[in-house]
Amino acid sequence: MSTPRTSSVVRALLEAQLRLELRTFESLPAMWLFSVTAFVLFHFGLNEDSLSGNLASGVLWVTLLLAAILVINRLYLADAEQGGFDGFLLSPADRGSLLIAKVLTLLFYLAAVELVAVPAFALLLLEPSLGQALPGLLGVLALGDLGIAVIGALVGALAIRTQSRDLLGPMLSLPLLVPVLLCVAGATAPLFDPAHAGAIPLRLLVTLALYDAVFGLIAFALFDFLLED
Amino acid sequence: MYGKGLRSLSVITVASVALTLAAVFFWAPNDAYLGFLQKIFYVHVPLAIVTLGGFVAAGLMAIAHLRTRDPRWDMRSYVAIHLSLIFGIGVLITGSIWARGAWGHWWVWNEPTLVSFLLVMLLYATYQPLRFAIEDPERQARYASVFAITAGAFVPINFLIVRLAPAYVHPRTLDNISGNLPGRMQVVFYLAMISTTLLWITLWKFEMTAKHVAAQLRQLRRLLGDEDDDAPTRRSAAPSLTHAGSAG
Repeated sequence: MSTPRTSSVVRALLEAQLRLELRTFESLPAMWLFSVTAFVLFHFGLNEDSLSGNLASGVLWVTLLLAAILVINRLYLADAEQGGFDGFLLSPADRGSLLIAKVLTLLFYLAAVELVAVPAFALLLLEPSLGQALPGLLGVLALGDLGIAVIGALVGALAIRTQSRDLLGPMLSLPLLVPVLLCVAGATAPLFDPAHAGAIPLRLLVTLALYDAVFGLIAFALFDFLLED
Repeated sequence: MYGKGLRSLSVITVASVALTLAAVFFWAPNDAYLGFLQKIFYVHVPLAIVTLGGFVAAGLMAIAHLRTRDPRWDMRSYVAIHLSLIFGIGVLITGSIWARGAWGHWWVWNEPTLVSFLLVMLLYATYQPLRFAIEDPERQARYASVFAITAGAFVPINFLIVRLAPAYVHPRTLDNISGNLPGRMQVVFYLAMISTTLLWITLWKFEMTAKHVAAQLRQLRRLLGDEDDDAPTRRSAAPSLTHAGSAG
């Protein structure tokens, strides 16, 4: 039997993931609700009606990060509990394709969450208008999401078949995600500045892109070893 | 054999640590600004460098483990991380004391080295819980190695990124490590580097030897038909060498 092409395997895996979510709606509504609830929590916790600059950027990104943790914890649940791993390992597909599919799945989830969370944030808490910040913000979101997706796909696989995965997942991924947070929050802060839409510090974005790339390579190199049994 | 050379290594280490301490207290000049407090530098900085070096070394050992599938490499990596964690707690404590003395606060967020170090420690603090949460020893070793490599790569990258972030443009106290130190201070610093490295290596070798002796003892007991040893072993975060032929 010949090895199927990676792209078609990835597409099949991604389709299965998305179909699973669209049929059950297990994660997305929870993530939407979580992010809106988090904004309400920040409103009361900080006792602020509207945020701008550093504070706004931090609140938005910490919320997105924690919402991402929710789905990172569940990313491999069906594979571990309902035989997805076994089925995949029995197929002649390249193992790296599962990682790629999971990264794309996470990217889909993050984009879907942001589609609701960012407008909700602008409505509830953000002081400057979202319009002027949006073009820059989209770029930052894309790079940040990529970092979260790459690290989440690796750590999710590391934590899923352990006894305390709900605890280990966040504990492992959050320290690894701090550099991502540092870059995206720093890059978003000038966009949320009420006085003027300041320039994004490009250095931060380049650093973040490098971080994403390095962890992408690490995840790709190590993922095989997590799938061996 | 693991015990080989341990005695002479221990003697050299004790001698060099004693020499370093003597030099720190009696030979190195007091710092013009910080006075006596600056001497904690000779403990703190080498300890930090050795800790991080240990984490990176553990990552390399984990690569060797995944390549060779020899459980002894997993054991080496485990002991290295375990030791570096202990050293790292020393780094955080001495760093806090230094920060308190130099800047008046137990913790300062605008010192990138300190913040990066805390992140690294937070990450490595999950190493033992991760091991403990996996029952199958083979998978435990494999997953632990994946973690050790990821985290080992995270160590330098993290330092680079926290350093690059624009929030940290404050002048750095440690900039003078690389040569601006006056002569004697530099000599003592390098001496402290050597003795701290030796200390780490000696302790690592000690623990490796102890683990191997324990494994051999267990095997001999089993050969003698000791009943107690047939009891199921407790779940543990530490790798075990029993099932892997610990003859070496």
